[in-house]
Formats: sequence, structure tokens, C-alpha cells
Amino acid sequence: MALLQIAEPGQSAAPHQHRLAVGIDLGTTNSLVATVRSGISEVLPDKDGRALLPSVVRYTNSENIEVGWEAKALAASDPRNTIVSVKRFMGRGLADIGDLENLPYEFIEAPGMVKLKTVAGELSPVEVSAEILKVLRQRAEETLNGELSGVVITVPAYFDDAQRQATKDAARLAGLTVLRLLNEPTAAAIAYGLDNASEGIYCVYDLGGGTFDFSILRLTRGVFEVLATSGDSALGGDDFDFAIYSWLWNTHNISSLSPEDTRTLLTESRLAKERLTDIAVTDIHCTLTDGTQIQAILGRDTFFEITKPLLTKTFSPVRRALRDADLQITDVQGVVLVGGATRMPHLRTAVAEYFKQEPLINLDPDKVVALGAAIQANALAGNRSDNDLLLLDVIPLSLGIETMGGLSEKIITRNATIPTAMAQDFTTFKDGQTAMSFHIVQGERELIAECRSLARFELHGIPPMVAGAARIRVTFQVDADGLLSVTAREQTSGVEAHIIIKPSYGLTDSEIANMLTAGINNAEHDKRMRALREAQVEARRLLDATETAMSENGHELLSKPEWDAIWNKIYDLAETLMMGDSNSLEGLRKATDELNAATTEFAARRMDATIQRALSGRQIESIQV
Amino acid sequence: MAVTLTPTAATRVQKFLAGRGKGLGLRVGVKTSGCSGMAYTLEFVDEASPEDQIFESNGVKILVDPTSLVYLDGTELDYAKEGLNEGFKFSNPNAKANCGCGESFSV
Ligand SMILES: Nc1ncnc2c1ncn2[C@@H]1O[C@H](COP(=O)(O)OP(=O)(O)OP(=O)(O)O)[C@@H](O)[C@H]1O
Ligand SMILES: [Mg+2]
Repeated sequence: MALLQIAEPGQSAAPHQHRLAVGIDLGTTNSLVATVRSGISEVLPDKDGRALLPSVVRYTNSENIEVGWEAKALAASDPRNTIVSVKRFMGRGLADIGDLENLPYEFIEAPGMVKLKTVAGELSPVEVSAEILKVLRQRAEETLNGELSGVVITVPAYFDDAQRQATKDAARLAGLTVLRLLNEPTAAAIAYGLDNASEGIYCVYDLGGGTFDFSILRLTRGVFEVLATSGDSALGGDDFDFAIYSWLWNTHNISSLSPEDTRTLLTESRLAKERLTDIAVTDIHCTLTDGTQIQAILGRDTFFEITKPLLTKTFSPVRRALRDADLQITDVQGVVLVGGATRMPHLRTAVAEYFKQEPLINLDPDKVVALGAAIQANALAGNRSDNDLLLLDVIPLSLGIETMGGLSEKIITRNATIPTAMAQDFTTFKDGQTAMSFHIVQGERELIAECRSLARFELHGIPPMVAGAARIRVTFQVDADGLLSVTAREQTSGVEAHIIIKPSYGLTDSEIANMLTAGINNAEHDKRMRALREAQVEARRLLDATETAMSENGHELLSKPEWDAIWNKIYDLAETLMMGDSNSLEGLRKATDELNAATTEFAARRMDATIQRALSGRQIESIQV
Repeated sequence: MAVTLTPTAATRVQKFLAGRGKGLGLRVGVKTSGCSGMAYTLEFVDEASPEDQIFESNGVKILVDPTSLVYLDGTELDYAKEGLNEGFKFSNPNAKANCGCGESFSV
């Protein structure tokens, strides 16, 4: 039994068509996935309840790839094959990466982007990032119980085209449909609902583990524009740990430490720092490898004093950004705090003093980016009633696919905002069918003949199954540039076909206008034609399914008179469909209903028999209709 | 008869309504389609229709349109956790067969 979520009024998706959308914060140190469920954005934890996934991927020669906590734990013992902070290499060449000599990796120069040499071969940062995304995708699909129709992934505001493209490629490799990339500061602002607020200038102060990012956003009519970014790529929570470590070193006359002891002491320092967020004084206690005991008491006052210079350091990028944007502190309407390190109380006080206002802090600072991305993903996937969030552009004419009987099944409807993605499941019509052809059309009319044909493509290699058992998900995606791409994927085998089309190509505004009015004027006629075609398809499907069922276990489950009665109705329907007046909608419906009624009892028996064999009731459903 | 919520389900609905910041209650309905004929729908309500039947269960208003009520009378909604997933669960005395996916049923 599936578990249902509450939808917005009028937005209940048809079954099997939920548009599951998530937001992903693909971070340098940690990554997260979040979604909107029953109207609330929330981060999805793993099986052990942990929200964060360390952005660490470890390759071993046994084709085994570890991602997250296990990989992080082993980073020190297998540094060359354990990739940390891969985000720094996305879309970068060798020359762009600064401190090569301090990194434990073997880099290979490749056109456009470096590669990393590991036991698993030469890997692109795109492939490494895809492994992180795959884990988050799996977590989301298990949690939400379905395939994701689209994701929003966040990137730093300063990411250039190459870095953004690399992020998109990683998502594609992980089997994700990117609805759009979203700037991290914008995501944080959305999480706080600032897009519903009045227009104005907002600052996002993001102090993570290893980097400091500062951005200034301007909100106009619900759209955020990044006015300036600045930061320090070598300043973060880690430096506060190091300050405590240095203090211990000085107060305890430590002379030299093994790398392992250094790590232990740094970890203890980090934990002490985090404890001081909630309490005023804390103990630090640890035993070094040679048996030396380190014991100290650290109070907030001391901690604040030794780390004050670090806080001061963050305000010079802040000043720079304000200057770049030509703004005064008094122009700033709100300040959002992002990143785990912004939990520190003295940091909050310093920010409040600098901006002369209290910063926004009620959301978890390490989750806020993912939460905002999820809200955006939910809106882009069309799950919101007020679809005005970041309205960029709309689709002028509906995009659809040809279904049985020459009808257009609209997948993306006119006026949908782009970028957007919609998916629909189709199935095979015949037993053992291994290929399917797709015809993509544009227009408002119900009949294919009256729509504009955009492209055709085929999907081969569907494993042979009974009719109706294959599940072929067709995803239409229109990116921000209006580029349509269509993917058909058979779910069990994963076979896939893909095509890219530029839909507005060749259509002038007046052609679009004509197609629209034709669609409206002919609505009545189209509707009747559609009903007739549907009835024909339905009748054929019922005939196929019944005949298959009869030959499978009709003899075993039916008495002779029952068997004959069903065959009589099969002949009646086949005759109406093929020889009789197949254009009579009423006649066709009547014959279909009669065959349906005649097979209800048979279907129930088959269901019992199937359940007894512990099989799914799939084949019968088509008869039950 | 009526449509009811278990105390756990009611607490969740109240939390979701509070998070959303508006809404009269919960609309429960059925619509056709799905692999065995009918599917449940669950929505927030901003406006009631005149023909809606309104029930109150554990402090939450439940709205059901008359057509849906034929299929839903006596249904109880619970809130359950299954593995990583959590959500509302229907127990409907009228339903004969549940589709494997659990979102649709036939009567
Ligand atoms: N309660 C706390 N008090 C103080 N600092 C904390 C607390 N919790 C976490 N931190 C610090 O937050 C930092 C990690 O923040 P976060 O998870 O936002 O980093 P990140 O976004 O992955 O890093 P980056 O932005 O550099 O890629 C660490 O330095 C951690 O010690
Ligand atoms: Mg960060």
C-alpha cells in the first residue's frame, strides 16, 4: 500500500504520475537532498537518520565505489583513491587549480577538464560527482517511493558556464533530469520565503567548513538577481578548529606531533568548538599515541578572543561586494546565514553588529540551501497552485506524443513555464513487443493529423513481456532556452532512446496564433473523434487481453457454458470493431461493456489464482478495466 | 457513517496545515483512472463547495464530495512510516482489490 501525501487544491496527480521533484545541495564538503512533502520542505535523511552526505567518493579495484561516511573515514588511509572536495575540479583545467602540490591526487590534463588517476582508471570530476548524486537519487527514490521526475541542483553564484555545464552533465550521468541549476544564495533566500516578500536587497553570508561565500541579491517581481559575489576560498569552520588546536599547542607545551595525533587533536578541537555553540565552558580531553594526556578547559571568552581575527577577516569580502554593487549597509533589507559555522554565537553577534540588524537564523544553516532548492524544484515540476515563482518564459503550444489511434497525448501543456519537465508512462500494446516508435507533435488539436509533427524516434530492445507489463517512461524536458529533449526509457531493462528538438524553430507568431484558434474552434469535433478513437483502442486492448487470458487459464477456471458465453461476447465486439460500424461510438461502447461484464467473474478467479501463485495481478488488470 | 482520521493522522494534518499557513482542512476524494479503476486523492482545502459533506475527526475538518463519499464511507486514514517513506494510509471497507501500487482500488 502506497503512502499518500497531501496535494495543493486541485493538484492531485493521477496515480502513477506523481511529479516527484527534489532539491540537491551538491556541496564541497557535504551534500544533501530535500523535497516538499505535504507543503513543507524537508531534508531527507539516510537510513541512519543522517541528513548530510559527505561529498567523498572512494574507488577500489574491485569495482566497488564507496560514497559518504565510509569513504570519508578511509580518506586518510587511501588518499589517492579517495576524492574529497571534487567540486573544486568541476569544469576546471590544470591551470585553474591552485594548490596542486598540496593535493594527494594524480591529475591528468585533458581537454576542458582535468582527470584524476585512480585504481578504477582515469576519472573525470563529472563522473565522481555523479556518484554522489546517484546516492542522493537513490535515497530520494526510496524515501518517496517512486522515480524522480526532476531535480534542482545548487551551484555557487560565481560558477561559470563550464562549471555549470559539468554539474548538469554529472546529473545526466546519474540519471537525473535537471529542471534547472540554482545559485546557492538564491536557494537560501527562497528557503526563507524572501521571494514572497517585498522587493529589496538581501545578503547571504555563507561560512562552511572550508570556504566563505558572500553574495548580494536583488529581488524584483519575485526574481532574484545576483548583484555581487565575493568570498575567501581558504576560510571556513576548519580555521576555527585550527585556532583551538594552536591554543592547545601553546598552552600545553606540545613540541611535535605525528600526523595521526594531529588529526585526533583537530577533531577534538572541532568538537569543542561545536559544543561551545550551546554551552559556556567545555572540557577537552584526549590521549596521544605515546600515552601523553591532554586535558584542558576552554571557555567561550577564550574561544571568542582567539578566533576574533577570523571573524574580522570575513568582513573584508563583505565590504568589497557592497562596494562592487555600489550599496550601503543601510540598503540591505535582510541578511541570511548559511553554513554550519554560522551557528557560532559570536559570529552571529558580529554579523548583527556589522549590518545593524539581526540576521535570519531560524532555519538550519547547513540545510537551508537544499530546502530552498526543493521549493524551487516543487514549483518547476508543476506541483504548486500559484505557479508564479520565477516565471521566465512559457511554452506557446502544447507538446505531445502520438498514441494509439492517431491521437495526441499532451505531455507539456501550453503556457507551462520553462524550464520544465514532465513524464508519462506508456506501455506495450502487444504481447512480446520489443520496439516502440514515438512521434512528437506540437499543437492544441486532439488528432495527430492536425498537429505539427516535430520528430520521430524509436526505442528498441524492450524485453518481451505480456502486453501492458512494460513500463516505458517518456520524459519531455524543455530547458530555459526552449530546447525540447525527449527521452524514452524502459524501466526494468533501462534501455533508453533520446532526441533533442528545438520546438519553436520555423513557427512564426502568426502560425502559432492560427494553430491556437483552430484548436479552440474545433474542440467539439475533436472531442468526439477522441472519444471514438479511445473506444476503438480500448476495445482492441480488451480483446487482446481477454484472448490471452482465455488461452492461459480459461480452460482450467471456466465451465463450458461460461467459456462459450465469453467467446460469444468476444466475437460480438470483434465484429463491431472490424466489420460493423466501427464509427458508432455507442455501439462500440456497448459491446465493450458487455465483454467487460462477461469477464468480471473470470477476472476475479484469475486474480485468486494469481495471488495463490504469489504473482502480481498485472495481467488481469487489463481485463478488469 | 463518515470518513475519519486516526489521532496520529490528525496530528500530522494539523502540522502540515500550520506549516502551510492557511487552509480549512483536508479534502479526501476518489477519481477514476489508475490500474484498477479508482484512485484516492488527498488535498488541502482553501474553499469548501456547497455540496461538500464535512466531517470533523480529532479536531480536523474533512471534506468529501458526495460522489466520492459513495466509495469512501467508513474509510479511516492513518499516518504510517514504512522504511524511509512516510505518508497517509487508507483503510477502506468498500475496497475489494487494491492495485499493487496502492494508490488505486476497485469496488
Ligand atoms: N554547532 C556548531 N557550532 C559551530 N560550528 C559548527 C556547528 N555545526 C557544524 N559546524 C561547523 O560547520 C562547518 C561545516 O559547515 P557546512 O556543512 O555548511 O560546510 P559545507 O557547506 O559542506 O562546506 P563548504 O561550504 O566549505 O563546502 C564545520 O566547520 C563544522 O565544524
Ligand atoms: Mg556550503
